[in-house]
Amino acid sequence: MNPKRKKRLIIVLMIVFGASAAIGLTMYALSQNINLFYSPTQIAKGEAPADTRIRAGGMVVEGSVKRDPNSLRVTFEVTDYENKVAIEYSGILPDLFREGQGIVAQGKLDASGTLQAVEVLAKHDENYMPPEVAEALEKSGKMPMPSKEEFNK
Amino acid sequence: MIAELGTYSLILAMFLSILLSVVPMVGAQRSSLLLVSYARPLTIGVTFFVGLAFAFLVYAFLTNDFSVEYVANNSNTALPWYYRVSAVWGGHEGSLLLWVLTLAGWTLAVALKSKALPLDIIGRVLGVLGIITTGFLSFVIFTSSPFERLLPRSPAQGADLNPLLQDFGLIVHPPMLYMGYVGFSVAFAFAIAALLSGRMDAAWARWSRPWTNVAWAFLTLGIALGSWWAYYELGWGGWWFWDPVENASLMPWLVGTALIHSLAVTEKRGVFKSWTLLLAIFAFSLSLLGTFLVRSGVLTSVHAFASDPARGFYILVMLAVAIGGSLLLYGIRAAQVKSDSSFTLVSRETLLLVNNVLLTVIAFTVLLGTLYPLLIDALGMGKMSVGPPYFNALTVPLGALLMVALGVGALVRWRQTDASQLLKRLIGPLVLAVVFGVATMMIRGGEGWDHWTYVGIILAYWIVFCALVDLYDRAGKRSGSLFASLKKLPRAYWGMHLAHLGMAVLAVGIAMVSAFTEHRDLRMAPGDRQEVGQYVFEFKGIEHVEGPNYTSDKGVINVYQDGQLYEVMTPEKRLYTARGNVMTEASIDAGLFRDLYVALGEPLEDGAWAIRLQFKPYVRWLWLGGLLMTFGGFLAAMDKRYRKMSQRDAKLA
Repeated sequence: MNPKRKKRLIIVLMIVFGASAAIGLTMYALSQNINLFYSPTQIAKGEAPADTRIRAGGMVVEGSVKRDPNSLRVTFEVTDYENKVAIEYSGILPDLFREGQGIVAQGKLDASGTLQAVEVLAKHDENYMPPEVAEALEKSGKMPMPSKEEFNK
Repeated sequence: MIAELGTYSLILAMFLSILLSVVPMVGAQRSSLLLVSYARPLTIGVTFFVGLAFAFLVYAFLTNDFSVEYVANNSNTALPWYYRVSAVWGGHEGSLLLWVLTLAGWTLAVALKSKALPLDIIGRVLGVLGIITTGFLSFVIFTSSPFERLLPRSPAQGADLNPLLQDFGLIVHPPMLYMGYVGFSVAFAFAIAALLSGRMDAAWARWSRPWTNVAWAFLTLGIALGSWWAYYELGWGGWWFWDPVENASLMPWLVGTALIHSLAVTEKRGVFKSWTLLLAIFAFSLSLLGTFLVRSGVLTSVHAFASDPARGFYILVMLAVAIGGSLLLYGIRAAQVKSDSSFTLVSRETLLLVNNVLLTVIAFTVLLGTLYPLLIDALGMGKMSVGPPYFNALTVPLGALLMVALGVGALVRWRQTDASQLLKRLIGPLVLAVVFGVATMMIRGGEGWDHWTYVGIILAYWIVFCALVDLYDRAGKRSGSLFASLKKLPRAYWGMHLAHLGMAVLAVGIAMVSAFTEHRDLRMAPGDRQEVGQYVFEFKGIEHVEGPNYTSDKGVINVYQDGQLYEVMTPEKRLYTARGNVMTEASIDAGLFRDLYVALGEPLEDGAWAIRLQFKPYVRWLWLGGLLMTFGGFLAAMDKRYRKMSQRDAKLA
């Protein structure tokens, strides 16, 4: 093999090797870090896996927010107006968290079916509804008026 | 009246930009001096009318003209004048107009600064920029005009600007980011012009290098400003969230970084030509993709203003035409590209190839993590998100490899370097980096160091010492005074080392802030104390404050150091009255080596509050690194060589 070809071959092999290693690692890392969204109905039906990081969301049930008087522990329920899921969280809730607002929480389901959240998201403005929540509500046929478009405006 | 004039200016600008996309192109094809010479006046015309439209919109905001729907939705009479100006780009329509204005500005700069270029290249570069301008202007006019009237039911008061955006960060972050995003369109236009004219020699790399450096520097600054803004404004004390919108700006940056390095190889050595062309196309395509992701509403974030399917579809079509068209052209032409020279395995070319491969792989993994949830959703396979651990797991080790290569790359020579000679020169920096890294750890105390912290610190030293060895080789070995020989080194050289130093500073910031941040979220009643990072925080209570367009609960927190009162911090919880938005204003005591960060959570019963206390060492280094890179980029673009070369080109032409 002449030196020029040899050099090219080395470079091509380097790229192929690097790319396949990268793709392999990427796929592995991706598969470890996917957080699927489950609606309260899906969780009630037992579709959501326990002890795996998932996202769950819905509207915060009026009157369900309960605080521990000595710490930042807070429990509340979210609903798609079909089923409810209890969520437990310790920390500071986002500015836009309030009863009747759509939120998404990230965490693991424990044995009692409560979501132990590590993160609670409620974004941007008071009319905003997380798209996952909007879809879950539409599926359960309980989308509150106004329409989704109006809501997300 | 003003709004109608604005629409009229936009339409005029679009007609001129259609002419700009056709006339000089045809002229370049037919070698017609007359037709190509229309390019400059047309560019000036487009820029003038886009600028005029923008000025009209600014005027509408300043005069609180709420009969214009966009003004009514994004402004308020209670807003101070500077936020009324920055509110121009606080929403979808206005920020697109800013996009177009930036594009027109870049086009004008190219038109004015390119007198030395061959005629067919000028015609084609300005023509390509004209096509892009036409695409975006038609998008603004047909789907997102900021001049829509709200008549006859125009409100007496505007809906106010989102309080998150009432901030210095919003005044500067979007324009800087757009300067970067849009700036890559110039590199793209040069690449397309080179492909069209078949002159894919080293010259096009030289022409587009300073432009690409400037665009890259602006993008760096824009991203750094965005990170800084998120840190102090969102109230969490985080500086990078791997949010899809952040990723949308990071991807063009990564590919752009690869591009400026690959351009160097193409210009100096005449190799990697087709790869450089491809990178120029990708950098701009990713800028467009970023615009699509952010503006179409497929993502939900601070930046997604509205989800209008027509808009998303329009940008998607534009994206498909731009990427598809340019890749097709590339496919047809790239086979004709020939390398001017060769290089050996141990050479700067190889190291820059490693740089390019790593940066492209990082960009690809970020792209995958960003688009995967969208893809799964589009296929109806469920809603999901990809968490930060994915991005960290991949970018951190790849970034570390990149820094290893960076140090070597500074010391290795073009074409060929003797491997044993190189190893000898690398031993010094390697030993020093490890020694200094371990010494740093000993001085700081061993707690909290994980292996990535070591890697980050040692690699930062590694970059610095390799650069010093290179400086010594270039200047210290010469006869005469050190200062005189340092002064002789070109600006591009200093720019390179400054930007690389920025990378080292950034690495220190990331390593330290990730490892040593102390974070407490806790319930504090008045009089409660908490120690965080050698400081004691005492919550004194809450005061009520009235602002111009908000009311606020202001927390008073005394901070003690060694038993002495160090300072009083006053985080706020604001209620913006126009929209009823609640906002957290963090209180930050900034320092070069550490920040104290205090934010209010929510009120609890009996006067207690949820309070967030953070001690963040070296957090400023993140943005300091970004600033160094920015200055490096500008300095490199100002190198005298480019001006001399263009004078030489002018004589040849």
